[in-house]
Amino acid sequence: MKFVNITKDNFNNYLYSGIFLIFISILDVFLNSFFSINATSFLPEFLSFVLPLIIGFIGLYFIRVEHSGIKNLDIINKNINTNNFNAILTLLIIFVIIKSLPPFLSWFIIDANIAGDSKEACTGTGACWTYIKIWLRRFIYGMYPNAEQWRINLSFISLTALGLVGFFATEKYKKYLTLYYVVIYPFISFLFIYFFISGGRIFFDFSYGIIAAAISIILGFFIPNKFKLYYFLIVPITFYILLKYVFFFEEYIELGMIEGLVWVETGAWGGLSLTFIISFFCLIFCFPIGMALALGRRSDFPLIRYICIGFIEFWRGVPLITVLFMSSVMFPMFLPQDVYVDKLVRCIIAISLFEAAYVAEVIRGGLQALPRGQYDAAKSLGMGYWKMHIFVILPQALKLVIPGIANTFLALVKDTPLIFVVGLLEIVGMLNLAKTNPEWLGFAMEGYVFAAIIFWIICYAMSKYSYNLEIKYKTER
Amino acid sequence: MSNQIIQIRDVNKWFGEFQVLKNINLEVEKNKKIVVCGPSGSGKSTLIRCINRLEEHQEGQIIVDGNELSENTKNIEKIRAEVGMVFQQFNLFPHLSILDNCTLAPIWVKQMPKKDAEDLAMQHLEKVQIADQALKYPGQLSGGQQQRCAIARALCMEPKIMLFDEPTSALDPEMIKEVLDAMVNLAKAGMTMIVVTHEMGFAKEVADEVIFMDEGMIVERAETKEFFANPKSDRTKLFLSQIL
Repeated sequence: MKFVNITKDNFNNYLYSGIFLIFISILDVFLNSFFSINATSFLPEFLSFVLPLIIGFIGLYFIRVEHSGIKNLDIINKNINTNNFNAILTLLIIFVIIKSLPPFLSWFIIDANIAGDSKEACTGTGACWTYIKIWLRRFIYGMYPNAEQWRINLSFISLTALGLVGFFATEKYKKYLTLYYVVIYPFISFLFIYFFISGGRIFFDFSYGIIAAAISIILGFFIPNKFKLYYFLIVPITFYILLKYVFFFEEYIELGMIEGLVWVETGAWGGLSLTFIISFFCLIFCFPIGMALALGRRSDFPLIRYICIGFIEFWRGVPLITVLFMSSVMFPMFLPQDVYVDKLVRCIIAISLFEAAYVAEVIRGGLQALPRGQYDAAKSLGMGYWKMHIFVILPQALKLVIPGIANTFLALVKDTPLIFVVGLLEIVGMLNLAKTNPEWLGFAMEGYVFAAIIFWIICYAMSKYSYNLEIKYKTER
Repeated sequence: MSNQIIQIRDVNKWFGEFQVLKNINLEVEKNKKIVVCGPSGSGKSTLIRCINRLEEHQEGQIIVDGNELSENTKNIEKIRAEVGMVFQQFNLFPHLSILDNCTLAPIWVKQMPKKDAEDLAMQHLEKVQIADQALKYPGQLSGGQQQRCAIARALCMEPKIMLFDEPTSALDPEMIKEVLDAMVNLAKAGMTMIVVTHEMGFAKEVADEVIFMDEGMIVERAETKEFFANPKSDRTKLFLSQIL
């Protein structure tokens, strides 16, 4: 049954009147929403309410012409205007968006305040961005002393710089840079943020060790393969001894001739920088551990296999919050009296092990997806277990599980706020702290929106990166 | 005696309850080409997979180039490196280019310098006539090209023995010839080959001996001409009448 008969001749008339009706209906909702003008107030209330829907529906009905020959019209008809039901859904969605924009915008921008530096500056009904502005430093650095924050800045700036260098480097150096990026650099910068040639005897030794290792590894790239073994046997220790007994940093500092960096205990770390630090370390730790567990779970040796299964099932079976709690409260009880493992370090280890169990299962999925022929082929070429896995099996399996790994890593980043149970306050923890400040009560909303935006940016960047990796390693036609 | 590169004595193998290999005895001399044929499920593939220990046999002895294969074999990788294998499903490494497929094992197993390995790989790819595809990935090649690449990959390890496990069964008819040509060239160059195949034309052209297997046993073993001219057992006659 057809109410209107649209033919080639009167097609244009229907098209223009249809577009006009849709325009009228959207305009009505728009005026109503943004300027509170009810153009159809003369009608009964209910009719006035649904009128735009009816008009828009008729308009969409008029323009629904098959194979009109107009490209854009065909796209619209094919995707959002296939039948009466879809037409109504389309209109409803458009109207809901138009209706919800004004309150959203007014809270976010129009009625929001950002000027001033106290609660009194926030007079509008919208968001109080002043709160974020005033607390921004705390949200980013936590309780880290203001005078020392350049250390965090420098660490992250050099991390970015290193990343950029790696991005533009040739394939040959990329390998070394990546190695440096994930194996050496994080520890140096951790040390740099924590203490550096300061804080007592054991810290000195530790600093020297790291410096010696870093310098010798960097120099090691330029040593020919033949001498590498001897080089790494001799040079790092030499550096260490030189630093400890020849340069006398300790005595200089004790005499006040040079200054070491102030020791900032990890309890004072916090905010966004702590989110990054924890996420970064957990990512680089949990990946190799997870890989080892995945391989172990498929091992031929029953002992290794059952240890791995037990480990994975244990960590998958307990909630992260309990794990963190145990790491901070129970774990120190098992340690000897004079051994002290830092709270943050314990946290990082706990989260890494927890996530490693998940990563292991994801990677195992990839390993199982590989056909047996790949193992056969690698074996028949004379490769042993490790060569086969490193060159043939793992590259393919990891490529398959990039989406799953990205998933786990995103979950990891979003799990970091849980470290509040051990008293470490990363960005969400700092927000919670700030919102209970007597001078700034009642701004929870702004804080959480801010945190949500930050987390979204981090996670979106990560997921984009994972898509890029997928495309990069795609070798099918 | 010393000329026998593979010796298989009284080998039995079970998959669970099912006995796949029954009392297999086989000696292969250097530079001989042997074709193994028989109906599917007769244990041909299992037999040649036992030769480089992709499958383990439960009873009997398999001696390859003077080394006995058993659970205690420490240097199984070394033996495998000397035995090249070509599979029905090609089994190229899809994440590596054709050239990298060929150089991977020489570089990491034989510790060959990269440059030499690449030269060697190009030489072998040239022989199987896909040198121009060296930088493509396996997914971009046709089945026949992939199988020829698999042959080149095995040859890059410079093996003493080549095993072919139904190399043409997964190919379109017009691609079979290009793979067989590559194999014929290889045979003429004097390689020791054991080929499981249904291509009787290939058997007639290059094989020194033909082995017919059925139900896990070697039913008949004869010189090629003899095998096709007057097969002895009825089972062989039946098989040949069906396949030719």
